[in-house]
Amino acid sequence: MEMPAPNTAVLSKKAKIVERLQSVLPKDAVIYDEAETRAYECDGLSAYRCPPLAAVLPSSTEEVSAVLKICHKEGVPVVPRGSGTSLAGGALPTADSIILGVARLNDVIETDYDNRVIKVQTGRTNLSVTGAVEEEDFFYAPDPSSQLACAIAGNIAMNSGGAHCLKYGVTTNNLLGVTLVMMDGTITELGGAHLDAGGLDLLGLICGSEGQLGVVTEATLRILRKPEGARPVLMGFDNNEVAGACVADIIKAGVLPVAIEFMDRPCIEATEAFAQAGYPMCEALLIVEVEGSDAEIDEQLGLIMQIARKHNPVELRESKSSDESAKIWLGRKSAFGAMGQINDYMCLDGTIPVSSLPHVLKRISEMSKEYGLDVANVFHAGDGNMHPLILFDANKPGDLELCEALGADILRLCVEVGGCLTGEHGVGIEKRDLMVDQFAADDLENQMAVKDVFDPTWLLNPSKVFPLASSESRRALAIAAE
Amino acid sequence: MTPKTEAELADAIASAKTPLRIIGGGTRPIGNPVAGEVLSTSALTGIELYEPGALTIVAKSGTPLSKIETALSKENQRLAFEPMDHRALLGTTGDPTIGGVVAGNISGPRRVQAGACRDHMLGVRFVDGTGTVLKNGGRVMKNVTGYDLVKLLTGSYGTLGVMSEVALKVLPKTDTQATVMIHGLPIARAVKAMSAALGSPYEVSAAAHMPGDSPVTMLRVEGFEKSVAYRCDQLKDTLAEFGEITVETDPAKSAKIWSASRDVAGFHNAEGDVWRISVKPTDGAHLAGKLGTDTFFMDWGGGLIWAVVPAGTDLRAKMNGTPGHATLIRADEATRAKLDVFHPELAPIAKVSAGLRAKFDPKGILNPGLMA
Repeated sequence: MEMPAPNTAVLSKKAKIVERLQSVLPKDAVIYDEAETRAYECDGLSAYRCPPLAAVLPSSTEEVSAVLKICHKEGVPVVPRGSGTSLAGGALPTADSIILGVARLNDVIETDYDNRVIKVQTGRTNLSVTGAVEEEDFFYAPDPSSQLACAIAGNIAMNSGGAHCLKYGVTTNNLLGVTLVMMDGTITELGGAHLDAGGLDLLGLICGSEGQLGVVTEATLRILRKPEGARPVLMGFDNNEVAGACVADIIKAGVLPVAIEFMDRPCIEATEAFAQAGYPMCEALLIVEVEGSDAEIDEQLGLIMQIARKHNPVELRESKSSDESAKIWLGRKSAFGAMGQINDYMCLDGTIPVSSLPHVLKRISEMSKEYGLDVANVFHAGDGNMHPLILFDANKPGDLELCEALGADILRLCVEVGGCLTGEHGVGIEKRDLMVDQFAADDLENQMAVKDVFDPTWLLNPSKVFPLASSESRRALAIAAE
Repeated sequence: MTPKTEAELADAIASAKTPLRIIGGGTRPIGNPVAGEVLSTSALTGIELYEPGALTIVAKSGTPLSKIETALSKENQRLAFEPMDHRALLGTTGDPTIGGVVAGNISGPRRVQAGACRDHMLGVRFVDGTGTVLKNGGRVMKNVTGYDLVKLLTGSYGTLGVMSEVALKVLPKTDTQATVMIHGLPIARAVKAMSAALGSPYEVSAAAHMPGDSPVTMLRVEGFEKSVAYRCDQLKDTLAEFGEITVETDPAKSAKIWSASRDVAGFHNAEGDVWRISVKPTDGAHLAGKLGTDTFFMDWGGGLIWAVVPAGTDLRAKMNGTPGHATLIRADEATRAKLDVFHPELAPIAKVSAGLRAKFDPKGILNPGLMA
């Protein structure tokens, strides 16, 4: 994946830019020493690295505004960064860019149980939002697997999901308001603790815009009361198709599980070797979790198991206690770690219509053989969000490229069956060049025109989301303006 | 003009030189008055795809809502955001279309639990003001590929583009329902009770308060039969401190309560202008007393106030800076033109909105002035 050549005019005035940034921020909030900027050279997509010109760590919305004003004036590209856990390269810098990190913006501004909202600064981690309301038995629903580390800012930028979206939705469904700083330094508010927009739904537009339209410094989030309890059932099947049919039947029956997770044989084998969760060795495994009081859980699990039995499962294991629940979840939660033990891996994130599941899994296994790289599948089956994990050896010349080519083919397959390139990770640089497979040139032009309105000179995270060739003339504006 | 295909729709817009007034079923004449030639989507009909197992439906924008609801009902599913039927309130006739529901982000009492129309939108195909056919989103439930213009189009009242096709997430119908009713509460206590109920683990799917001589605060519980009974009992215990509580256990009667609330049935024959105010529930409790009218009720746990005031009254002025927005849903054209139907936006937001309209509709022909 290519990144554009840095703007030499910006590189040559590094000293001036740093000096100006230091004039509006505390001394320790501007990082420009080459040894130290390395800490910001990559995010979770660590195959790609480039230290930024400098990194800044503002502590308030006003400081963010002051930084953006300077960068706007000087024509310096800005790459906003949450915790840097993006798997798509959303926070990858270029050598001529400033990393704007929100790590010091981590206060809880207000918790309001009557109105069921919490207002936080966006550098706060996802899990610590729940942490702030847990003592009152509330929680923040979106739960990306990086929730211990990932920041709300990044969740908003990528519209992050998690395992429980089937019932609770993704970030955009749980975000009620933001404080937004635009590239020219303008500070504004969108939404609030009330519901829905009066005019155009700009809040909905900002969420998932990958840090290209503005920097979100504060967020009002919906919090929910914890359910009385939750318990899963584990089921194993001897083929993928039957597992897929079982998922569809559960959904059709009117039960709305809070999560339906799917693992295929390669994934089951790897996690068993790693975590010994006691999973059955079979072709497909489902974990279906429901919530409520004990009696409500029993009723729903009873119905789900009744449906599962019609599909002749090789294993059907209902959790009766929190220990048993933990055991059932253990393998699923260790899946990524287990893969990491075997090899380097690349985690894809395409979404497909649930009905195409068997076809897509069959094609992935054929492609895996063609490319000679193993692929394990673990994903959120209820909403069709797949996470094929392609195993490769980073130390073997050409293997990364081969892996990326297979990944691209799998994502094209997702689009071909009516799905999309990314369900919750974002486009970043990773899927940027595949956008032409999902969108027509007019569609991309329309989206880029939206960025023109917020950031006319394309300084905010400019080399992401859109194929470099399509955004070239716009990115040139920044260079010309400088 | 009533195009029959997306291509005809694109041609009609591409060749238009003067403003167009975009309508679906014409049952929701909401917005600042627009003068222009009528462009109707009512001939763009048909369900393109419905997969109950994937909780997804895709339909052309002019498809009558009733057709969609019938199709979903056969599979025991529904649009969970419970779109309001505006006909009786606004004195209109005809068939509401799914495109109209989306264009207005029309949502009902279940908004508090299941989200608004915008939360169930998966994809759109639309024609912008230059006649270019565009798409965004898709038909799958999780999709962060590119900007979310689906949300932007939802609730844009035809001012950014004319939708030709919409894809929505649907949900299973619930088995049964009941309504827990607390009697005799003043507004502030009612909002407190609704907050307690919505903040409980008992999955309340709607919370409304009807003030008056015999005020009643209503909480809907939906689900499987035993679970509904259990949760109603738990709510009665949780809310015991608030006073006399009864439960409407007849599902048909409970459903009727909520369809009446959804469609603002109490105000169908009321004289005056009808406003809809969205604020946070605790602000709703304060604001209700300052409206200068007794003809109001609260939905969304107190966060949505429906109010009737004498014609021409600027109810928005009484919000006095309370965060939120007030929309003038029913008034004559002169009042709508004078007071602005939609809440004024902060200057930077208004600038961005105007900038987006100029990009999507450079000729300024799509419902110009309807929103701002």
